Amino acid sequence: MFCEKAMELIRELQRSNEGQLPAFNEDGLRQVLQEMESLYEQNQTDVNEAKSDGRSELIPSIKLRHCCLLRNQRCLSAYLYDRLLRIRALRWEYGSVLPANVRFHMCAEEVQWFSHYKKSLASFMRSLGGGEGLDITQDMKPPKSLYIQVRCLKDHGELEIDDGTVILLKKNSQHFLPRWKCEQLIRQGVLEHVMS
Amino acid sequence: MSDALSDDGSVNQDDSQEDVMTPAELIAKLEEAWLNEKFSPELQENKSEVVECVMEQLTHMEENLQRVKKGDAKACIHRMEIDRIRFVLSSYLRSRLQKIEKFFPHVLEKEKSRGEGDPSLLSPEEFAFAKEYYANTETYLKAVALKRMPPNLQTMDMLKAVPEPCLDSFVFLRVKERQENILVEPETDDQREYVVDLEEGSQHLMRYRTIAPLVSSGAVQLI
Repeated sequence: MFCEKAMELIRELQRSNEGQLPAFNEDGLRQVLQEMESLYEQNQTDVNEAKSDGRSELIPSIKLRHCCLLRNQRCLSAYLYDRLLRIRALRWEYGSVLPANVRFHMCAEEVQWFSHYKKSLASFMRSLGGGEGLDITQDMKPPKSLYIQVRCLKDHGELEIDDGTVILLKKNSQHFLPRWKCEQLIRQGVLEHVMS
Repeated sequence: MSDALSDDGSVNQDDSQEDVMTPAELIAKLEEAWLNEKFSPELQENKSEVVECVMEQLTHMEENLQRVKKGDAKACIHRMEIDRIRFVLSSYLRSRLQKIEKFFPHVLEKEKSRGEGDPSLLSPEEFAFAKEYYANTETYLKAVALKRMPPNLQTMDMLKAVPEPCLDSFVFLRVKERQENILVEPETDDQREYVVDLEEGSQHLMRYRTIAPLVSSGAVQLI
């Protein structure tokens, strides 16, 4: 059945968990493009025959193939665009450096799209407030308390807080730190918010 | 509020501006814009003057905070206040950016086709961002798939491919200025259109499309 492979790509994304990026299905993409090429060629032949020999009974199959072509285009675009949205979400979740295992699942063009996106976002943030700049990827949650208790999940070296004191972030150590300083580190998985 | 910390708390820093607001009024304006943006299905008019003023205010408050003695209990409260305002501002800008990305071809189209005197939907920075997002996405789709497709399928009409915001979604609102004779369109064929009067202070749940102009004019506040 036509468009089966294209549907499979969509299902692959639907099956994967919210926000997760499965490996780029280069094979699947190629198969859909091949199907499109062959459908198009068959149509070219039939259109010529219909015109020259007046074989109007070919028209329904020409129309069918055209519909399949459009469907394949639509499915592919949906597959690719949905992946872009997941990649975009990664910038907001992890920051501008993606974990290696995620990058591994991206094709070269996706990596490039990500690079352009984060540059665009960075210039936008820098230009806020007449050039003053504001990092809107911070402050994701309304501030509930000024300081929070955090536990260090892995060694992260030294952290300097605003009043000059230096904290050593050693694995399993617990600290009482200003919330705004910890946000990014919590998202990156370095610190864990300990709720008492 | 921040009057306690700022030296000339009753007048906005930039005296050359026409609207002079107290910091409290400015923050109230920010919160209104924030709520409207959060709850409306489509992108609202841009309020870059509010954004700029709030950022100036934040800088001013941070500077004042530096001067306060360390360990002073008041410092904590003011720090909290700065964090809260910064959260609202960031959330507001994020809300806008999300809608710009979600509806990018429509947003750009609307901005391009607006009249000379009409207020702009996007700030210059947002406009640049939207254009870059469009170009980036189009280039990507072309490079990965479209250029490998048959000749008649190598372009994609973004305006058709990307869904438009759903203006018929329902929103909660509170009436700030009394409105008379608001026409409510029927939703189904067997309904008829009817008019309502919106009393000041009353709260309603209505289709966004019906009251969209009232949100822009400030007559209602989305909640």
